Amino acid sequence: MRDRGTGGQAALLLLADGRLPAGGYAHSGGLEAAVAAGRVTDIAGLQDFLIGRAETSGLIAAAFAAAACSRARRGELSDMAELETELDARIPSLELRRVSRNLGRQLRRAMDSIHPHPHFAALGTAPHQPLVMGVAAAALGLGPRDAALAILHENNSGAAAAAAKLMRVDPFHVHAILARMAARLDRLADMASAAPDGPSADLAAPGSPLADIAAEHHGGADVRLFAS
Amino acid sequence: MHDEARTAGTRALRLGVAGPVGTGKSSVIATLCRHLRGEFAIGVITNDIYTDEDARFLKSEGVLPEERIRAVETGSCPHTAIRDDVTMNLMAVEDMERDFAPLDIVLVESGGDNLTATFSPALVDAQLFVLDVAGGGDVARKGGPGISGADLLVINKIDLGEHVDVDVDRMVADARKARKGGAILPLSRKRPDTMKELCDWVRALHGSYITGGHTPVDPGPMAPHHHAHDDGHEHGHVHGRGHSHD
Repeated sequence: MRDRGTGGQAALLLLADGRLPAGGYAHSGGLEAAVAAGRVTDIAGLQDFLIGRAETSGLIAAAFAAAACSRARRGELSDMAELETELDARIPSLELRRVSRNLGRQLRRAMDSIHPHPHFAALGTAPHQPLVMGVAAAALGLGPRDAALAILHENNSGAAAAAAKLMRVDPFHVHAILARMAARLDRLADMASAAPDGPSADLAAPGSPLADIAAEHHGGADVRLFAS
Repeated sequence: MHDEARTAGTRALRLGVAGPVGTGKSSVIATLCRHLRGEFAIGVITNDIYTDEDARFLKSEGVLPEERIRAVETGSCPHTAIRDDVTMNLMAVEDMERDFAPLDIVLVESGGDNLTATFSPALVDAQLFVLDVAGGGDVARKGGPGISGADLLVINKIDLGEHVDVDVDRMVADARKARKGGAILPLSRKRPDTMKELCDWVRALHGSYITGGHTPVDPGPMAPHHHAHDDGHEHGHVHGRGHSHD
């Protein structure tokens, strides 16, 4: 049984919508760096990239969004600092930690205007994006699985949208990948929200070291379309 | 929490500078900084399509201390960053105002875009739209929300008119027609009097802003345009401001 709290599907769609004005469009989720390095060259490679990303950094983000949502629903905001530390430990790249915190600030700035809640203020100066997503989901009456699914979808569709600008691909084929990945994102959201109240040190921690290294290179690139 | 909104009048005047690529937005900002930095505490936010080129230009010109010039990367969507999703720019402005409080003016430079790109009133209090003579004499006549509705239309590089076969007076007359009395400034960096006019306009705007006399206007999404009817009758009107037609 899914924990949907008092909210519903419409609130989840609002939170996961790429048109939510929180600045996500400036990022490619590492795709630009992967394309520039010749690691992703065609639609098959794009699908592999997106799956790999969802299963690693996506799952981590989803687990932390679910954990933050669960804590926010219980009003236990004092745990957020520990979640921040644990998430830092799962993002080796300084550049990606910076991006995550920038996106978190932006999401908070947007959501605190769109749907104000006192929990947003309790998140510290520059919270990671998944934690803000979790708190925003709770503020909208959504549950941990919703928070996990929202950030999985947002991160995945954002990187996919960047493909149209970075690669010679048919946008229909790009969205076909997203359609094929739908069941996978559902499964990842289930995994990510299986134990949202457990110790934060036990949250998922899969890695993709080359993505972190590529992000560092991208951060120093002179000419780029996307900030990350 | 540090990311809070401050209301107009208690914070810096936020002035946007928009217009197509290469018309001289960065130069206009450099001019304003050079001439006004002694009177006002100024910060600049630049938007680029690729990386942070414009911020580097302004830093290299030495018009302000480097830390007062910050770049926002817009993911190749410069229009989105000033209109549909201003969050990145809004936070950059708020950060700048907080880090260098009290600032008098924050200039926000849009990434060069097309004629329909204007700033959202959620981001700026007023905006300049910059065209240039070398971009074509017919651009002012084509209109668009920036040309017709910006607080000030700058027609830049007027000294180049004779070299590119553009009748500057005609271009200014076209702009006057499109703007229905809105302010227009023909500008050239080789004409100090025009640069003084630009600075005086900003001085007056700031004065009006701090005394509560400035009312932000939205250039709006649609351009005024003309329809030639079968009977030869023409009418000009603005769409999207409580007026519609079939």
